[in-house]
Amino acid sequence: MRTPTTQSPWKQAIQTGLIAGAVAVLLSLVGMVAAFKARYIISGVFTMGQVLFLAPILMMTYFMIRRISPQPTRTVLISGLLAGLAGGVVLAALILLGSIIDLQAMFINASPELYRLLAFGQSMVPGLVILLVVCMIMGVLAGAIFIIPSRLRASIIQALLWITLVGLLRDLILTVTNRWGPVGRLVKALFAPSGLTIVGALIVFILIAGIYYWRMGQPARQSSAFQLGGSSTQKPLVRWLTIGGIILLLLLLPPILGIFFSDILDTVFMYILMGLGLNIVVGFAGLLDLGYVAFFAIGAYTMGVLTSPELNANPMTYWQALPFAMIACVVSGVILGLPVLKMRGDYLAIVTLGFGEIVRLLALSDWLRPWFGGSQGIQLIAQPRFGNFVLNTQQELYYLFLIGVGIVAFVAWRLRDSRMGRTWMALREDEDVAIAMGINHVATKLMAFATGALFSGIAGTIFAAKLQSVYPHSMNFLVSINVLSLIIIGGMGSIPGVFVGALVLMGSPELLREFAEFRYLVYGALLMAMMLTRPEGLWPDARRRLELHEEEIAAKARAEVETAAMGSTK
Amino acid sequence: MSILVAKEVTKRFGGLNALSRIDLDVKEKTIHSIIGPNGAGKTTFFNCVTGFYTPEEGEILLDNKNITGLSPDRVTHRGVSRTYQNIRLFKNMTSVENILVGMHPHLKSGLIGSILRDRRTVEEEKTSVEEAKRLLQFVGLRGKGDMMAMNLPYGAQRRLEIARALGSKPKLLLLDEPTAGMNPSETQEMVHFIRRLRDELEITILLIEHQMRVVMSISELITVLDFGEKIAEGSPAQIQKNARVIEAYLGRGAASGLGQNEASTAAAT
Repeated sequence: MRTPTTQSPWKQAIQTGLIAGAVAVLLSLVGMVAAFKARYIISGVFTMGQVLFLAPILMMTYFMIRRISPQPTRTVLISGLLAGLAGGVVLAALILLGSIIDLQAMFINASPELYRLLAFGQSMVPGLVILLVVCMIMGVLAGAIFIIPSRLRASIIQALLWITLVGLLRDLILTVTNRWGPVGRLVKALFAPSGLTIVGALIVFILIAGIYYWRMGQPARQSSAFQLGGSSTQKPLVRWLTIGGIILLLLLLPPILGIFFSDILDTVFMYILMGLGLNIVVGFAGLLDLGYVAFFAIGAYTMGVLTSPELNANPMTYWQALPFAMIACVVSGVILGLPVLKMRGDYLAIVTLGFGEIVRLLALSDWLRPWFGGSQGIQLIAQPRFGNFVLNTQQELYYLFLIGVGIVAFVAWRLRDSRMGRTWMALREDEDVAIAMGINHVATKLMAFATGALFSGIAGTIFAAKLQSVYPHSMNFLVSINVLSLIIIGGMGSIPGVFVGALVLMGSPELLREFAEFRYLVYGALLMAMMLTRPEGLWPDARRRLELHEEEIAAKARAEVETAAMGSTK
Repeated sequence: MSILVAKEVTKRFGGLNALSRIDLDVKEKTIHSIIGPNGAGKTTFFNCVTGFYTPEEGEILLDNKNITGLSPDRVTHRGVSRTYQNIRLFKNMTSVENILVGMHPHLKSGLIGSILRDRRTVEEEKTSVEEAKRLLQFVGLRGKGDMMAMNLPYGAQRRLEIARALGSKPKLLLLDEPTAGMNPSETQEMVHFIRRLRDELEITILLIEHQMRVVMSISELITVLDFGEKIAEGSPAQIQKNARVIEAYLGRGAASGLGQNEASTAAAT
């Protein structure tokens, strides 16, 4: 879809530079540059703040050059220079403007301190000159990176990204590696009190660039993933070893990662459970459900009501209450399903949205306070125990989540590849025709709702047991939206997509804590970028991928055939 | 022996009588066509038979059993299957999957079986996939089983739709303009294929068709509808001579050029 440009490279370069400069100004004015002035990526060399206002220029110039290519080397370098200059001029204009009039009345972050940062700590005139020169160097660098051979180029770019990431996430990485004894001390030596040391950065650079360079030399094997059920070509032994390795890793994760990350993983797994359920309703059967949190709430509250001594003279144990909670969810799934059988699309979404709110408001209401505890919620919920062993830390509950996810994912996968899964899919594709094929749409839809509700309810029971309490406030609309988003990000209808989506959507805000109050700004930008570059999701279902990338895959297959033919003639 | 009998079927949409007192008698193992100008009520009649519409008056009998008012999925279970005027495949499913959905009424595997994959389920799945492939071969789409339905060429999509309809092992197959949008040679193939359906699979065929050449060459009996009323019925030869039919086509021919052309060919042959 890249249309050949007719504009002259110079014009494009200046345009790109101005836009990049505007982005850098924006990041400065929202306060991100100043907020990260002391966070070194490489200690004593450059800070995250500098990355934030220089990276837009570097990156956008690079993409601009890629867009206008092929061009002679001289043109590439000069247009890079021009773009950098244009970006620098915009930033310089901000400083000049700020020194003439007081911008702080409008932009609270437009402080003299910011200008000093942008001018690399120098006074007005030398500062502006340095800024312009640095920006131009960035532009030329972007051009220079583009000129070098692609394998080397990709390795360098990856290594630079990794350095930024590792430097930024220093504290998180250290909380994990500090638990590892001697290895941890080795890792710690790479880091300065803020960011990486210069030596550490060099090591990361060489390591990452080396790995990428080596990997790109390997023959590509990914093409088989584009076929439906493509992994069957692997040797069974290799496959079992991989599966075994993954299971072992999953079992060992809590002790390796420590409490902080185990807690994040618990949240991720909880959302995976819900995602797998909603994926059946939305992804397989095509029924847009915006009130999905209701079933999570019903699972959690059933567990609470049955096991809390506060509300119940004879509290049950977790395991005794679990079947009741599951039944309650299935029944409520059917109850929601019945009135909405005839509804499709938007209408269905609104009704389910209402259902979610009704459940939350019922839990909150004073009227039902004797049973559900009103706004106080329910406390003292039982924790799952095996004999005398109680699962009560995040790390122990991780295993409960793991088992739950394992079972649910297995069931979801089997259902997808069964007659039931086909029926759901047919219903999603064309309801009228599906009915004309003899499919009972009432039973099929109710089955989807009930299965989805069940999975979400299981997540709810573990959630209740983890916190030992439930509150109506945890059951808000945002949960439904998050689950829906993770399915879309992972890839609609794809089971591995649910895992990836949950990891990205639920895991990244935790990692992005480094960005403090800018966390959700960055998060939003990330999601937008992701959906723009991969509309089919991060790990799409094979058929969705076929749908969206048919031509590319066909072209790739053709190219492969040609190279194979060429190889054989040699 | 009649397989499908309609008795005084009337279907109204508001004040409009889409079908008024239609009698129809389809004999077993025949190819029976319904023709008529646009808006005559042909597809509405199909929808009444398959259960998508419930007629206000009248009865529809399949094998002497009343199926009026049954839901569409129940009607399919009784042995009626159909295709659509504008192809309605499950576009994002493969050819085999499309047929497997069509075979739904004959498959038994349930939820628990699907999760545990017991022997019966695996066995059933295996035989049904084989059966689906056999059907693909029958309609001339051998080896196209793993292709997404939407990626098949137009003519192949038409044939896949018929294969899907055959999946439910119907006694009666309703084809709604199976040659729409086809060139003469494709049309000829389709005519041949419809005959094979009747001769080899012994399925009764009720056909809506606009191309007179097709209708006249394959139908044993033709029913002509106009403005929701049955105006004629008979063998191709009788229909060609029928004054009311010629009037229905030619009299309003000025409004519909297509109808005029067809009717004039009908009158000329």
